[in-house]
Amino acid sequence: MVQITLTVNGEPVDVAVAPYKTLLEVLREDLNLCGTKHGCELGECGACAVLLDGQPVLSCLVLGVDCGGRAVTTVEGLASDGRLHPLQETFADLGAAQCGYCTPGFLVTAKALLDEHPRPTRDHIRDALSGNLCRCTGYQQIYEAVEAAIAKGSR
Amino acid sequence: MKIVGTPRRRVDGRAKVTGQTKFADDVVLPRMLHCKLLRASVPHARLVRIDASRATAHPGVHLVLTGNDFPIPYGILPVSQDEHALARDKVRFVGDPVAAVIARDEQTAFDALDLIDVEYEPLTTFADPEDSLANPTPRIHEYGDTGNVHKLVSLQFGDVEQALADADRVFEDIFFYQGNTHLPIEQHAAVAAKDPDGKLVLWSSTQTPHYVHRALAKTLEMPAAHIRVIATPNGGGFGGKSDPFNHEMVVAKAALLLDRPVKICLTREEVFYCHRGRHPVLMQFTTGMKKDGTIAGMHVKTLLDGGAYGSYGVASTFYTGALQTVTYHVPAYHFQGCRVFTNKPPCGPKRGHGTPQSRFGQEIQLDKIAEALTQDPAELRLRIVERPETLTANYLRVGTIGLSECIRRVTRAADWANTFRKLPHGRGVGLACSSYLSGAGLAIYWNDMPHSGVQLKLDRSGGVTAFCGATEIGQGSDDVLVACVAEVLGIDPLDIRPITGDTDLTPVDLGSYSSRVTLMMGNAAIQAAERARDLLADAVSRKLGVPRERLVFADRRVFDTEDPGKGVTFSDAVCLAEAAFGTIGTTGSYTPPKSAARFKGGGVGPSPTYSYSAAIVEVDVDPDSGWIHVPRVWIAHDIGRSINPVLVRGQVEGSVYMALGEALMEEQIFRRLPPRLSDALVHKFPSMLEYKSPTTLDMPEVFTELIENPDPRGPFGAKEVGQGPLLPVMPAIANAVYDAVGVRIDEVPITPEKILKALDAKAAGKAPRYGPSHFPDIPWPEPVRVAPPWEGGDGKAQDVGRQKEEGRSTAAKAVIRS
Repeated sequence: MVQITLTVNGEPVDVAVAPYKTLLEVLREDLNLCGTKHGCELGECGACAVLLDGQPVLSCLVLGVDCGGRAVTTVEGLASDGRLHPLQETFADLGAAQCGYCTPGFLVTAKALLDEHPRPTRDHIRDALSGNLCRCTGYQQIYEAVEAAIAKGSR
Repeated sequence: MKIVGTPRRRVDGRAKVTGQTKFADDVVLPRMLHCKLLRASVPHARLVRIDASRATAHPGVHLVLTGNDFPIPYGILPVSQDEHALARDKVRFVGDPVAAVIARDEQTAFDALDLIDVEYEPLTTFADPEDSLANPTPRIHEYGDTGNVHKLVSLQFGDVEQALADADRVFEDIFFYQGNTHLPIEQHAAVAAKDPDGKLVLWSSTQTPHYVHRALAKTLEMPAAHIRVIATPNGGGFGGKSDPFNHEMVVAKAALLLDRPVKICLTREEVFYCHRGRHPVLMQFTTGMKKDGTIAGMHVKTLLDGGAYGSYGVASTFYTGALQTVTYHVPAYHFQGCRVFTNKPPCGPKRGHGTPQSRFGQEIQLDKIAEALTQDPAELRLRIVERPETLTANYLRVGTIGLSECIRRVTRAADWANTFRKLPHGRGVGLACSSYLSGAGLAIYWNDMPHSGVQLKLDRSGGVTAFCGATEIGQGSDDVLVACVAEVLGIDPLDIRPITGDTDLTPVDLGSYSSRVTLMMGNAAIQAAERARDLLADAVSRKLGVPRERLVFADRRVFDTEDPGKGVTFSDAVCLAEAAFGTIGTTGSYTPPKSAARFKGGGVGPSPTYSYSAAIVEVDVDPDSGWIHVPRVWIAHDIGRSINPVLVRGQVEGSVYMALGEALMEEQIFRRLPPRLSDALVHKFPSMLEYKSPTTLDMPEVFTELIENPDPRGPFGAKEVGQGPLLPVMPAIANAVYDAVGVRIDEVPITPEKILKALDAKAAGKAPRYGPSHFPDIPWPEPVRVAPPWEGGDGKAQDVGRQKEEGRSTAAKAVIRS
């Protein structure tokens, strides 16, 4: 086991991780943060996306031991002060989450996009989300939710 | 209506966007062990010996199970109980589970799989249906209609031969629909545990907890009352989680033996091998047309590649021939279907269950017919749309039909009159239509009980809890449940707590399949809510001295419609009722109407009512590369009434999405490993990277129109939307490709390679098409003959003796005609 310290959703966390475990497994199994999902564990579906130092990564392709000293944001960290993030509000309101399984990955990827480009075009949104698979929605209501969040002044 | 028809946040929306929805793999229990399955590495073999002693002795391994632990077979249909949780005497496809290891963690279980020694005696591998048809032995199963043929069906409604002979033109076409898989993003997972009373609890990503409950009781030989199945919200289902599965039986048995919780989560590769997806279907359509552009008669033959087990296959076979008549008026109809076993993962129900394949053939053939008759395909269809509130040739009772309106709306939206056959070479538009069930009229197993039950609990807090066995698979069934109750009781949907998919807590609902939930659960919910409303109204009426019929339930109040200021809050109304009548609990249930079909095989196809869809797809096809781009899709769906328009639109767009995948790229196909390895028949690409599915970059703009014409059979008039809108899209794409570059692609997926081949054939002066040209000979049984309603039929099969007589006279007539 390797002892690491990282910041998870704004809070410092000390955790002993098995050296072979992915960040996905550390989050779900060692830190009980089951909001992050898995669909392939091979970097193909985007369900396990989290933000690592603000950038979207596939947590199934990152080793936990490599995350010492870094900041991880998961879906559990999107709401603040008891209020949902605007993306969460619009995803819930506008049908962007059907089964909800791919939703955490889409939310953090969309957040990273809006953090960097507050006013992306539809094409820009489409490009940014092209690594996340959703089998339910056909993506259209997801674009609309991202655009509605922009209109709400999402950051 | 205040709730129904208003776009709203779904009741489980907050849980889904905060990551708090608890899927099966999110269930973590103290002392939990982990399970891995050893799967067959050969496609067809006798199991000579399994030695698990090395695995059992491996540190960290708690238990190894084999086929000896599971003597009792199961299967979703009573007629095909052909699966064992772990293989006993033989394996039938690469991926068939043969042993299970339960260990302290997943890695240990996985490592121990290598320590199980299995000796196989290989048998002939059947890779495709023609193999299975040609070779009756060795049999993959010891049951089935003949040799390796699982099921043969022949149903004849009216004198089709005569109708085709009398037709002005007869069209015959052969199509192939490749198999594909559901690909839910959530991999199947299950956790089993003994509860403190010693009873079994299973959490599983299943669409059908009631059927899993029955299968567990059977295979574990336990009273069903001692088993609790909890369907966790499914991370996508699409039909792929509708069978009782090996892994569910295995963890249940292990948890009982070890008295510790046991979890399994399948890898993505295992999900591809679990399958139960779309059957590959070869089909032949022979359709006679009259001069006036109406159908004289139709003969449909289908050959289904069933894979290694029965699954829903018998029903799938009937479905390939059931709904042709529901869309268009077919005065005489003959359907012959054949399902064969092969050594591949079992096929089953995927969104549209058995109907997308034949819908693909029928709608392309109609496009060809329209061209041959120099008619506009939309006009042709408008002329033959089935009549509403009628009985079809095969005794399906259709309700409202919004198909004509669907066609008019999409043609207007897509500017059909100015685009069809008018766009420059390389660009095209295509139209197709469809219909689908709003719930199967019969349960999987024969019984007289309701298909859906709802219980309501109201108490002095003003809180309402709605209990129903329905399963949330993302489609929004929990939301429909609370919306129906909220509408009747005049409260907010978010005031209601839904408790669903739990066989201990909730009344039976048969599951999330066949687009049955909105109609059946919705009607049950309305009945339960109306009974509660009546109790509250009695109590409030007494208190206020206002006649019951003047009371209105709205805005969380119960008040006098003639004097709205005079009323009580909803909570006070519950208190008054609780004081007057005691604890308030009501029930509602729904049983579909009896089918008019009274012949053998008439159980597949009946539904309380049917939905209708029409789609126009625009394509750009590069004639040099064959590359296909779909920029726009227009789709109109006859929903009856939208309960929550946000979710209805999501189902339509999601259907279009899934249809595009099937039409253009998705294939569940197989290959032989090189002989130096094993020559085994394996999935060609069991990974999400190589099994191509549409990404954001592939998805066109979708313009959705909802036709709201309430059907009195549906809750507030609602019909289904989860499956129907998928159906017209694949043939519409094929028809658009023809409009764009003048070649017919008579199979899916429609790939650039196939388009180029068809263009080459066209350039060489050959038939400008790509697709199958041969339908094999099949030993069809004597048809079950049923006279259509308009020939005085009563839905029963005609007397066999008389049938033989008629058979002779038909043969005689045929000779005379020739």
